[in-house]
Amino acid sequence: MNAIRLYGRYVGVSLRSQMQYPGAFLLTSVGAFAATGIDFIAVWALFSRFRHIEGWQFGEIALFYGVISVSFALADGFTRGFDVFGEQFVKTGDFDRLLVRPRSTVLQLLGYEFRATRIGRFLQGALVWALGVHLTSIAWTWQVWATLLFAVAGGAALFSGILILQATLAFWTVESLEIANALTYGGVEAAQYPLDIYARWFRNFLTFVVPLGCVSFFPVAVVLGRADRTGVAPMVALLAPALGFAFLGVSLWLWKLGVRHYTSTGS
Amino acid sequence: MAVALRPYQAVFRARFQLLLQYRAAALAGFGTQCWWGAVKIMVFAAFLRGAASSPMTLREAVDYIWLGQAFLMLLPWTADPELARMVRSGDIAFERLRPLDTYAFWYARALARRTATPLLRAIPMILTAGVLMPLLGFGMWGLSAPAGLAAASLFAVSMVLDVALSSAFSTLLDVLVVATLSERGVNTFVGPLTIVFSGSLIPLPLLPDWLQPVMRYQPFAGLLDIPLRIYSGHMGGWEATAALGRQAIWVVVIIALGRLVLGRVMARLQAQGG
Repeated sequence: MNAIRLYGRYVGVSLRSQMQYPGAFLLTSVGAFAATGIDFIAVWALFSRFRHIEGWQFGEIALFYGVISVSFALADGFTRGFDVFGEQFVKTGDFDRLLVRPRSTVLQLLGYEFRATRIGRFLQGALVWALGVHLTSIAWTWQVWATLLFAVAGGAALFSGILILQATLAFWTVESLEIANALTYGGVEAAQYPLDIYARWFRNFLTFVVPLGCVSFFPVAVVLGRADRTGVAPMVALLAPALGFAFLGVSLWLWKLGVRHYTSTGS
Repeated sequence: MAVALRPYQAVFRARFQLLLQYRAAALAGFGTQCWWGAVKIMVFAAFLRGAASSPMTLREAVDYIWLGQAFLMLLPWTADPELARMVRSGDIAFERLRPLDTYAFWYARALARRTATPLLRAIPMILTAGVLMPLLGFGMWGLSAPAGLAAASLFAVSMVLDVALSSAFSTLLDVLVVATLSERGVNTFVGPLTIVFSGSLIPLPLLPDWLQPVMRYQPFAGLLDIPLRIYSGHMGGWEATAALGRQAIWVVVIIALGRLVLGRVMARLQAQGG
């Protein structure tokens, strides 16, 4: 059985098991929708008072927010296994079982759980995205869609990379420290506003260290016809989401180092 | 009197010391909160640069945001996980057997939770924003001293009322968990509510003007908004005194409500598990 079909099996099993409790599934999804929805209340309230943020309008922020939110929802749905890695695998010694199977650890952890409840977060992001489409006067050509889908793919890769890094850290710390929350939930918070409102050190951090800005700010600004605000050539801005994939690549490489370093804790 | 209080003091002390052990989690949380505070402050400053007028100055908002992060764990956004476990296992029945006032006993537990955990978070946050940042030359973006002696003393009183109110809310959540048999529903809906209405999401004065009358009188304001605005001098004199009065009234109301619901729940308690 090839990897993709096996992964399909994993997702199927995971979905069936989650659907055994339809009530809990619905409640958790609605909760995810509400919890992320309140974030947008803050954006709305600030705009209703101040009208604009350094020349950016509400509809434009909605598009930034939608793109980054949808990216994170995808990554969060797929990488649950890495999110709980420290607690569920390292601390218990269960990682040993993954190592003896003739499949890659990454595939097995991706298959650990497909979190369908993240549909709540995804829908909330998509809804705000639609609001952005409605409020801005962009011509929605296929080039625009291609740009934004590339941005979402890059964003999902970046967030997955962050969660894999958090899991990698657990090889040394045993427990998963939730410091990655600053970059995941906090990253969504930071990247929902255009990068050029931030201080220079923070902008550089979000471009070169953890390229959250590259997967949303640069391509979305071009789509909005505000390429001048990015400070780089439009072509560079359009290709920027590729850095999200590069980040994921580095994370996977570090993961391999971590696996080699792993010593079992089980007794 | 002192003898009657002893079991409640004992549970408070035991829980308090237990909760102080979670230092690694507090440190990880601290890093995350620094990030949130910095992002919130930069976003607000950017909005303010293009604004003709604002109900809060940058100085007031910066203090509000840092203190909001420092006292984040004071917010009653989840029920006590241990009590939820007791509901599931059926151990909750033992609570009925204690020759104690159940509400007061749970209130003492909540009081420990709403002092120990916030203390672990608040100390590093206040030291970083209030001492380290000014030393590094970022005083403008750090936490400043209270607006004066009067503000400082009113702030202290308000914080005491805040802890009392937060513990009353926490106990009410615990009671609701027992009533609904699961912490899931309570946590899902109370969390977002608390974050929005306490001012943790954005400072309440920044919400639209038409919402302000509602925001002023609702109970969650006493969990964060009132002490924080007193601290920076955004609210002073009679206005601040009246706000303290509202906090005190809500403490009484929420405790009474918790007692009422607990009485009803305990009268027909069904133990789960086996």
